[in-house]
Amino acid sequence: MHAPSPDGQARLYARRADIFPRAIGGFYRRLKWAVMVATLAIYYVTPWIRWNRGPYAPDQAVLVDLAHRRFYFFAIEIWPHEFYYVVGLLVMAGIGLFLVTTTVGRAWCGYACPQTVWTDLFLHIERAIDGDRNAQVRLRKAPWSIAKASRRLLKHGLWLGVGLVTGGAWVFYFADAPTLAHNFVTGQAAYVAYATIAILTATTYVFGGFMREQVCLYMCPWPRIQGAMLDERSLIVTYKDWRGEPRSHGLKRSETSGDCIDCQACVQVCPVGIDIRDGAQFACITCALCIDACDQMMAKIDRPRGLIDYATLEDCKAEAAGAKPVPIRRTILRPRTIAYFSTWGAVGLAMVFALGARTRLDLAVGHDRNPLWVQLSDGAVRNAYTIKIRNMESRARPVALTLEGLPGAAMWDSLTDDHRAARALGFVIAPDQVDTHRIYVRAPATGGQDFAFLLRAQDQQRTHVRVAARFERPEIQP
Amino acid sequence: MTERKIDEATGVPTMGHEWDGIQELDNPMPRWWLLTFYACIIFAIGYCIAYPAIPLLHRATAGMLGWTSHGQLAEETAKAEAARAATKAALAKVDIATLDPQSPLMRAAIEGGRAAFKINCAACHGAGAAGAKGYPNLNDDDWLWGGTRADIHQTLIHGIRQPGDDATHMSRMPAFGRDGILKADDIDDVVSYIRLVSRQERANASSARGAKLFATNCAVCHGNDARGGRQFGAPNLTDGIWLYGGDRDTLTATVANARYGVMPAWGVKLDPATLNMLTAYVHSLGGGE
Repeated sequence: MHAPSPDGQARLYARRADIFPRAIGGFYRRLKWAVMVATLAIYYVTPWIRWNRGPYAPDQAVLVDLAHRRFYFFAIEIWPHEFYYVVGLLVMAGIGLFLVTTTVGRAWCGYACPQTVWTDLFLHIERAIDGDRNAQVRLRKAPWSIAKASRRLLKHGLWLGVGLVTGGAWVFYFADAPTLAHNFVTGQAAYVAYATIAILTATTYVFGGFMREQVCLYMCPWPRIQGAMLDERSLIVTYKDWRGEPRSHGLKRSETSGDCIDCQACVQVCPVGIDIRDGAQFACITCALCIDACDQMMAKIDRPRGLIDYATLEDCKAEAAGAKPVPIRRTILRPRTIAYFSTWGAVGLAMVFALGARTRLDLAVGHDRNPLWVQLSDGAVRNAYTIKIRNMESRARPVALTLEGLPGAAMWDSLTDDHRAARALGFVIAPDQVDTHRIYVRAPATGGQDFAFLLRAQDQQRTHVRVAARFERPEIQP
Repeated sequence: MTERKIDEATGVPTMGHEWDGIQELDNPMPRWWLLTFYACIIFAIGYCIAYPAIPLLHRATAGMLGWTSHGQLAEETAKAEAARAATKAALAKVDIATLDPQSPLMRAAIEGGRAAFKINCAACHGAGAAGAKGYPNLNDDDWLWGGTRADIHQTLIHGIRQPGDDATHMSRMPAFGRDGILKADDIDDVVSYIRLVSRQERANASSARGAKLFATNCAVCHGNDARGGRQFGAPNLTDGIWLYGGDRDTLTATVANARYGVMPAWGVKLDPATLNMLTAYVHSLGGGE
């Protein structure tokens, strides 16, 4: 990356060294293609999938409806008070990263991270216009001409186009995609939509076109964290120096030479511009393209593949000493990975169970604290409760609220002038709504304190929720 | 500069510091990082010119854009006022006594009244309207001057014992002790009787004497059954609710010196919409009739 200046003095800053990665084919390149197509397809297509939820909810399969505070994911609808599902997903994502890193190293960085995927996409566009590595270097050094300028214009135009589509797809997750697309094109979309698209277009363009590996090296905390996550039994991209060294090429090769012919193929294909032969290093995103490059070379010089390969540090040591490497099954299945997987699976199962068992009717009861109780003229005592009934289904639901316990008590809604107190009240809750009522409960001056509000849906489902409450009275003077 | 140490493993100069064998490398920053840093400095300078930034002796520099937090607040308040204007206009015109209690306008009135109460009324009646000694609890079902929306509206506009307001609620209980109408022993007997009808004491000779004194002195306003009379604002003496207290000492003081609680006539101070909102809110507190 950046060596100190020749006089040994550190400089104030280091220029970014240009990297022109060479195109390479092979197994890992195909794997990267597959992951890239899958992840980009998911990202761009998902907002356009429709999902019928009836007349009271949007028909977009995945939608973060910030204005109405709802999150829709296919058949699942999340309300703000159910945010713990999102927390659960984040916990799973965190443990998932630990799990993946412990087993197969930085596979996330190398294949699935958006920064990697979009940089890869930008690299392919660059190659399609400017040609491969050597042509790119030539073009960079060439004086400015109409041909060079038009190529540059085309490249940056395409990059900006990708950025625009990327930023555009992002906002579709937050509003009805067809409507927003129409409004966007006709200039009627909200200011915030244009601003978001502009910012994301700019970040995609800058991060994919210019920053590239700098994001991984300087902005992302993950390369630093992985140092703590990896151990000597994690699969990482490794140069087997016991096999490759001493490296030599051309006439210098002899009986004692290692397999490495110092062809620089692994260095030229590297998108972060490092030499994997220096050993495991934080800059390596384990994209494995150097494996593809080296395997091609080994085939050409008739040596076995895998001079650079996915291997554990333990295996490298064992192989160097002439022992057999641990089978891949035993590398992946070990106490640490099993512990991560169990935790990850337990969180996932807990979330699935919670989702399956959740009721779409909810009751919250808040006891009025000021005043806690009111002395009535006939000697009885009154308490007030603010109740919130949440109907989380897209249909109106008739419900009945009843008092459980508290003998002699009765209640009425604060909004009625009709103080005919009853043991049960009926409401009809509109679809997808929260209904708030202030309920007065009157009870004799003496008696128990603990009771409950029971909310029962008056339809076939008979869904019910019970919420415990307390009834407060003035302390009796001795 | 002196010769700098070079870290053997990386070939990078060190800062010359060492902690437990760990050395700090002196890696150069990436250029884009430095440029971003300079860009932030330039932005900060521009920001200081555009917005209030530098504190001086009496005030800060104003900034070219003329933005102030007070101005922003005023702007947003005006926006909120404009959004509420239609509702407030409707509330100013409506007859709150006959407004449908379930209507959206009534809900708006109650919410508006909740806020207006905190500003105008909470000083005496408390934030929860639970009152205090001498200041009635507005949550209960015991009303001196009536608990319908029309009654509450009337009380709000004209107040209680408000000088200069002809329609104000006015009543004067005689100070039976101070004015020499009743002797101390008589007052004691009357108090015994009041504590009997409010079921705080058992009947005895004193309360029997007090009953006769009550019939001649008090019943004209408080009623023969001591249940009070709203046309005089005379409280019900038989229930468990006391404005000043139902114990012997407080009752003795009340009978001897009388009580003349006051409330301002809010009609001259508040606009019709706010009066309607306060009426709706107080009525919704649970004791509304």
